[in-house]
Amino acid sequence: MIAFLLRRIATFLATLAIASVVIFAALELLPGDPAQIMLGIDAPPDALEALQKKLGVDRPVVERYFTWIGGLVVGDMGESFTYVMPVSDLIMTRLGVTLPLALLAALISVVIGVPVGLYAAANHKTPRDYGVMIFGQLGIAIPNFWFAILLVLVFSIYLGWFPAGGFPGWDAGFWPAIKALILPAFSLAIVEAAIFARISRSAVLDVLREDFVRTARAKGLSRKSTLVKHVLRNAMIPIITICGLELSSLLVGTIVIEQVFNIPGLGRLVFQSLTQLDLMVVKNLIMLLVALVVFINLVVDLLYAVIDPRLKHQGH
Amino acid sequence: MLQVKNLNVTLAGATRDISIVKDVSFELDAGRSLGVVGESGSGKSMTALALMGLLPGAIRASGSINLAGQELLALSEQEMCSVRGNKVAMIFQEPMTSLNPVQTIGRQVAEPLILHKGMTRAAARQEAIRLLDRVGIPDAARRLDVYPHQLSGGQRQRVMIAIALSCSPKVLVADEPTTALDVTVQRQILDLLRELVSETRMALIIISHDLGVIGEMVDEMLVMYGGNVVERGQADKVFAQPAHPYTSRLLEAIPRFGMSRSERLKTIPGTMPEIGSEMKSCIFAGRCDLVCADCLQAPPPFVSVDDAHVAACIKAGRVMETVQ
Amino acid sequence: MSTFLKNARMHRSLMIGGVLTLLLLSVAVLSLFWTPWSPTAIDIANKLKGPSAKHWLGTDHLGRDVLSMLMSGSQISIIVGFLAVSVGLLVGVALGALASTYRGWVEELIMRMSDFSIAFPIIITAVLLTAILGPGTVNSILAIGIFNIPIFARITRGAANAAWAREYVMAAQTCGKGRLRITIEHVLPNISGALIVQATILFAVAILAEAALSFLGLGTQPPEPSWGKMLNNAQTFVGLAPHLAIFPGLAIALSVMGLNLIGDGLRDVLDPKLARAR
Repeated sequence: MIAFLLRRIATFLATLAIASVVIFAALELLPGDPAQIMLGIDAPPDALEALQKKLGVDRPVVERYFTWIGGLVVGDMGESFTYVMPVSDLIMTRLGVTLPLALLAALISVVIGVPVGLYAAANHKTPRDYGVMIFGQLGIAIPNFWFAILLVLVFSIYLGWFPAGGFPGWDAGFWPAIKALILPAFSLAIVEAAIFARISRSAVLDVLREDFVRTARAKGLSRKSTLVKHVLRNAMIPIITICGLELSSLLVGTIVIEQVFNIPGLGRLVFQSLTQLDLMVVKNLIMLLVALVVFINLVVDLLYAVIDPRLKHQGH
Repeated sequence: MLQVKNLNVTLAGATRDISIVKDVSFELDAGRSLGVVGESGSGKSMTALALMGLLPGAIRASGSINLAGQELLALSEQEMCSVRGNKVAMIFQEPMTSLNPVQTIGRQVAEPLILHKGMTRAAARQEAIRLLDRVGIPDAARRLDVYPHQLSGGQRQRVMIAIALSCSPKVLVADEPTTALDVTVQRQILDLLRELVSETRMALIIISHDLGVIGEMVDEMLVMYGGNVVERGQADKVFAQPAHPYTSRLLEAIPRFGMSRSERLKTIPGTMPEIGSEMKSCIFAGRCDLVCADCLQAPPPFVSVDDAHVAACIKAGRVMETVQ
Repeated sequence: MSTFLKNARMHRSLMIGGVLTLLLLSVAVLSLFWTPWSPTAIDIANKLKGPSAKHWLGTDHLGRDVLSMLMSGSQISIIVGFLAVSVGLLVGVALGALASTYRGWVEELIMRMSDFSIAFPIIITAVLLTAILGPGTVNSILAIGIFNIPIFARITRGAANAAWAREYVMAAQTCGKGRLRITIEHVLPNISGALIVQATILFAVAILAEAALSFLGLGTQPPEPSWGKMLNNAQTFVGLAPHLAIFPGLAIALSVMGLNLIGDGLRDVLDPKLARAR
């Protein structure tokens, strides 16, 4: 188990290291002189030189890379060129919006999706099952940003129950803030829930075909307790894996949804700084998003090992 | 103690019902064992699942299964749950996959005890140690907390037997219990089953396509073909004097020690009629050497050849003479 | 009987999917020659009009005909989908086949590379590409294509490794054929079913992703009509002209659903084992 843990954490760190090289290369080397890009072609030479110095463009590439990484380790991400504040502060404020949104959406989608999938599997080949299948088919076909627009149309414009966009900030109080996040969270979550339902359904159906389910029934367990005591935990192995991967796509989905609802989170920051060519922010932000995605995968793998005893006893 | 009368297993279809097992009848006393032989698709496994009330999907059983005065086919699903694993237990062909991979074997052995005997977890655990020890798992107390993947195939089948034995069932159904195991392990498992029968006085129904397994294990046997019982009788008598041409051909198909090289192993030409096909003749007629005009007129009745030894063949009893 | 029902259902999903996809393709082809109006013709006087006899699906904020834009927009979806899947298919299958042919460190390296790729979701790759190349359709194709590569590599390797264990491949080996030749002659043809199914499903994913990228302004740029861009514009006027939001979304959803249904149906027909594994 400890060997597995160490190996997995080593992979995690290696992935981050390679990702940082890719991001650094893509944003600082390939496009040319970052200072030039940020200021534009007709920037005054003295301003250009000042920014070049500040960004450290004049120093060797390897040194720049390690300065960046060294800064990241201690939480120093440099200073934003457009916002004139430390990038880390900027990101922390925005994270305070994106993370709650992503978690809320994850919660809603799991709470709806997984039970619906189990319900469909338990009622396999009945109209209820087909209903869930249609829901699942719709879920993977409907773009979440379109669904978001439809939700705004119905719940903000026609019914007026929720704000159509914007975010008052946590200072405005818990409820107003949450209220602003409800529609965005649901537009992410419902589509994702349909996918979770599909996954959970097929995972349970796969387990139901296993021989040990027949053993449980032969012991005298009812259909229901077989499902609860023997099927669910086994089905959880694939469900957690795929739902975990979906969670990282949910995190990325917030980037899109924040655009629809005009929510000042990481997603909007990505696009604002991309249009303003504030590469300092883009670089660190992308690194953070990549790190979060990879981290979610690490957690999923570790959970997997806890649930499946077969992994625990493997040599590696 | 166990009386099965006219057990029929049918698959309800949209246009017509498809018959999978037809009119199986037998009786079995405590401490006795019955072997059910037949090729795959002969309906032997369906018969076993019907006894457990575990027929899959739209497949239904009719007739009568009477266990010590209780009519099993009349029970509700809920009532049947209290019979399964308690009065009738079953072990399966695939020990590798028949145990839950994410539960310790201790928990799996203890589960029926808690369910049917109302034992506490701790008491069930103690009993599980005794059971595992009884089925020959070495160092049972320590093995309680291991997972199935840490055991060999033979050990897993022993665990399955421990689970089946846990509530001292009246009947144990073993569906191809040794087919998936190594030959040396097969022998050990069969010996264990035989010991347990004489020790606990339970009735054993053992299902196999392997006459070698059946032959030395059981008191009585049932030969099935295409969903029908074609011969029934005391095992030694059936072996010595097969009354149905199918049984006799099956016996010829067993490799024997000391067969000369030039002697070819006999096979049975042709294939079994498809399940559910309406038979207006003897079901074996298409593959039988002894077929005559009468065989094609109607399905043959059971003909008694000896005390409690019957065969569904109009030439029953004359089979051996005619073949030789 | 139950298999008959299953077949009927399977054919139904193939049929519905086929009809939807055929519709998408014929609309795209038709739009090459004819659209009711020019998709780029601006007519401010008639802006934000609802559906009418003149403009069947209404007009947008610049008075452009929504139906014509939708029809032309289908071209981008199909082109991006096709090219992105082709990139993924060519590179991914080659890598997967190499991994399975040579095993050992080659396989290890390719599989670690494909593990690494989870760190870069489509949108993040697209952002990086935009920083390098500026926004454009090429970004969408590359970002989605790169995303598809490890998926195809993994599927190819998994299916090919299974095929290598089969008797007919062993037989070919005993004939003394080289491993690469066996892969090309025996293994790849036998896993093509799984690859076709995956390509269909990833085509659907690509259409969704293209829409998202052009919605975000990272992909196809105006005046080239694209469904994602149309939704982006529609968002501003959703209160005034809901039809602007509804039709492009429906077009995306129906196209994606059509391809997914075909994928599901094909999986049942071509590879029942794979269908069970899902």
